[in-house]
Amino acid sequence: MSPLTLILTCLAGWLAVGLAGVFFARRFFFVARILFPAGAALAIGVAAAALASIFSDPETAILPLGLPGLPFHLRLDALSAYFLCLLGAVAAGVSIYAAGYLRRREGSATPGQQCLLYHLFLASMCVVLLADDAYVFMVAWESMALSSYFLVTSDHRIAEIRRAGYLYLIVAHIGAIGILLSFGAMSGGEADGYTFAAMRTHELGGWLQSAAFLLALAGFGAKAGLLPLHVWLPEAHPAAPSPVSALMSAVMLKTAIYGLLRVAFDLLPEQQWWWGALLLGLGLATAVFGVVFSTVQSDMKRLLAYSSIENVGLIFAGVGLSLVFAANAMPLLGALALTAALYHCVNHAFFKSLLFLTTGSVLHATGQRNLGRLGGLIHPMPWVAWLALVGVIASAGLPPLNGFVSEWLLLQSFLFTPQLPHGYLNMLLPVAAGAVALIAALAGFAMVKFFGVVFLGQPREEALAQAHDAGTLERIGLVWLAAGCLALGVLPNFVIATLDPVTQLLVGSGFANSAGKGNWLLLAPISEERASYNALIFLGGIVACTGAVFVAVRSLFHGRLRRVDTWDCGHPVAGGRTQDTAEGFGQPIRQVFAPFFRITREHPSPFDREPHYRIVVEDPLWHLLYLPLARLVEFGTRLVGLLQRGRIAIYLMFSFVTLLALLMFTTR
Amino acid sequence: MNAWLSTLPGLPFAGQLINLCAAIMLLIAFAMLSQRRISSLIRLFALQGAVLCLSTAVVAQSTGQDHLWWSALITLLLKVLLLPWVLRRLVQRLSVKWDVETLINIPTTMLVGIGLVIVAFNVAQPISELAGTITRSTIGIALACVLLAFLMMITRSKAVPQVVGFMSMENGLFFAATSATYGMPMVIELGVALDVLVGMVVFGVFFFHIREKFDSLDIRHVEEKARHD
Repeated sequence: MSPLTLILTCLAGWLAVGLAGVFFARRFFFVARILFPAGAALAIGVAAAALASIFSDPETAILPLGLPGLPFHLRLDALSAYFLCLLGAVAAGVSIYAAGYLRRREGSATPGQQCLLYHLFLASMCVVLLADDAYVFMVAWESMALSSYFLVTSDHRIAEIRRAGYLYLIVAHIGAIGILLSFGAMSGGEADGYTFAAMRTHELGGWLQSAAFLLALAGFGAKAGLLPLHVWLPEAHPAAPSPVSALMSAVMLKTAIYGLLRVAFDLLPEQQWWWGALLLGLGLATAVFGVVFSTVQSDMKRLLAYSSIENVGLIFAGVGLSLVFAANAMPLLGALALTAALYHCVNHAFFKSLLFLTTGSVLHATGQRNLGRLGGLIHPMPWVAWLALVGVIASAGLPPLNGFVSEWLLLQSFLFTPQLPHGYLNMLLPVAAGAVALIAALAGFAMVKFFGVVFLGQPREEALAQAHDAGTLERIGLVWLAAGCLALGVLPNFVIATLDPVTQLLVGSGFANSAGKGNWLLLAPISEERASYNALIFLGGIVACTGAVFVAVRSLFHGRLRRVDTWDCGHPVAGGRTQDTAEGFGQPIRQVFAPFFRITREHPSPFDREPHYRIVVEDPLWHLLYLPLARLVEFGTRLVGLLQRGRIAIYLMFSFVTLLALLMFTTR
Repeated sequence: MNAWLSTLPGLPFAGQLINLCAAIMLLIAFAMLSQRRISSLIRLFALQGAVLCLSTAVVAQSTGQDHLWWSALITLLLKVLLLPWVLRRLVQRLSVKWDVETLINIPTTMLVGIGLVIVAFNVAQPISELAGTITRSTIGIALACVLLAFLMMITRSKAVPQVVGFMSMENGLFFAATSATYGMPMVIELGVALDVLVGMVVFGVFFFHIREKFDSLDIRHVEEKARHD
């Protein structure tokens, strides 16, 4: 059985699982404990088949579905296979977790409905990655958007969630229009120009090519959360159930990156270097914006959502840098930057889904998303806390976990920019490298805040002491993802070898040969003399140091185990409320980056009986861009409303005059 | 019979007959525009249907287009017999036999109508030059019938005359199709006929509801209600 057939079989299996969820909607046990694990098994099948096909030749298929005369073209090449592998591997963990996470009566959607939408969502993301013509791509893209919309609003009785879903739907459709127009520009106006095979051969003029790229950037950027189309992301992620947030953040954002890579490197014949510069600038701006906002959030899922914006920004910056190199005929460096971006895709998919799932467990155990009411959960929830620590370290970009490798590769690729033949770029790119370093540092800050406030310290509420740890199925899912983070961090050369066919396909070069240099443990992107990284040595060093300190403290120092409350500091009125809060922790960042925010503060006066301090940090873009736009639309609709006089004779008159005018016009 | 027809001088007999039908159609359209009484309006509508049926039959006979016979039959059943009967029953049940109020007075409407006929003829000029049918001279008249029926819908304030205007517009459209291209494909004609029938049923239901609610069929009451909601 060829890999493509196997993947399509798994897709059909997902659809069958989803339908079974609807048919047996009343049997909760069957839906949650059997159907979702079955979906996870199918996801592993997809990942395995995709991994096997990365190194083989592209495979195509034509499915006789869709409209008559417009069959579905599918194609499995290295790029699709890589992203399918990511999807399958992450979805397996998330599905297993979801099997334990689903509750009998939670939200407005039944588990059966969620089962259908969830598997539909997975299948449509797969088809997006496999699509080889604009038609099936758009069909799958839209069904992905719709199924995820319904998953986000599965608790639709809450007005805030409906509002978040609505915003998501609007931005998704604006993005879809951009993508559709981009495909239209690339089809060259031919009848069968809608297949990707035809688009690859089209010679577009200069401006049409750039227009296609910019439209695709807007369309895919809206889905990925690129500035200024990011507004839906921090709203939709907290609204969705945790497995769905995990899947959206880990995989759905990556399908947007896949789409942009497909258009920019594969479908458009020649790249312009300024596309890359634009992408780089936008990506870095998005990343800085996302990370600064994630440090001041006090809702744990919103914090992670902003962190997703940051990571997507970094990936876009890597893709942009790769475009700059590729357009300047430096395929090796292009491959390096592209490898960093693609590597970061899979890394982000693993650690962000892990972190979102841990928030789900915390949410179930405590009913709280607000960081101000959590704390000290490492004692009642050790499994979740330790696994979250893995995700946090990966997300902060610390060795030996996976986040470090890709960020290090990205920084490495920035170091080679002086070879570019553009004076201004040469001078500006070191600044960009500095921005990447700043982003990594601030991401670390945000992650310390996330982990410290949720899991360390003392519980801020009485009820937190009774929180329960995650169940077995949830633990399996979390462990799977954490193991992925560790494996991706410790064995970077295997990942880079896997990425080799992808970069060969996109920029015509790979550096797996130069990176490995026969030494499979040592990662040296260009040459061993310049920079190299050996994850296992790091891991060994860290384990050795920790062990040595532990042994030294226990045997050489006093050796006594003393348990006291954290943040106690000898204060007589110690308690959960006296420790540092999420707001307090983010305060320095709020001061330093004050121009980024729109802050409203309410200070208590000295005479207040019940002093109350309130601070609201908002997105300035919302007020500077979106609300004026909304007002403009409202004004326009009011003008259109003037036509509505509520009289049938006048309406008939309108169509009559239109008819006459058209008749006059056509026959003139 | 065909041999006999072709012996006549000038326009062939069939062509003359179709032109006559077209003239009668236009005349009836004007008569409907000026008619105040609903029962007469319905009679005029039935008459227009009959003329349309006749002209379709003549075209079918003289050109040998078999499917036009079916169109003629459908027209006869639907627009000459069924719809007028339904409308007449409706009017009796609702007892709105008498005067029709118009929004614009009738002489003005007639003058506007004459202007529309001139426009229609001018607009139809290039189309009829393209059409290769024996009936091409009547396209202008067919278009004028459509526009006049539309005008009637605009100027009447009661629901029943508006519906009659709608049906009459469909008559004009059908006539235009027959004269420009010997009729539309059968499927489309059947579809349109079904549309008209369904439209009639829907309108019939609405009439009763409007009357129940407002004690009158004057749509101004409905519009008032809609504006206040």
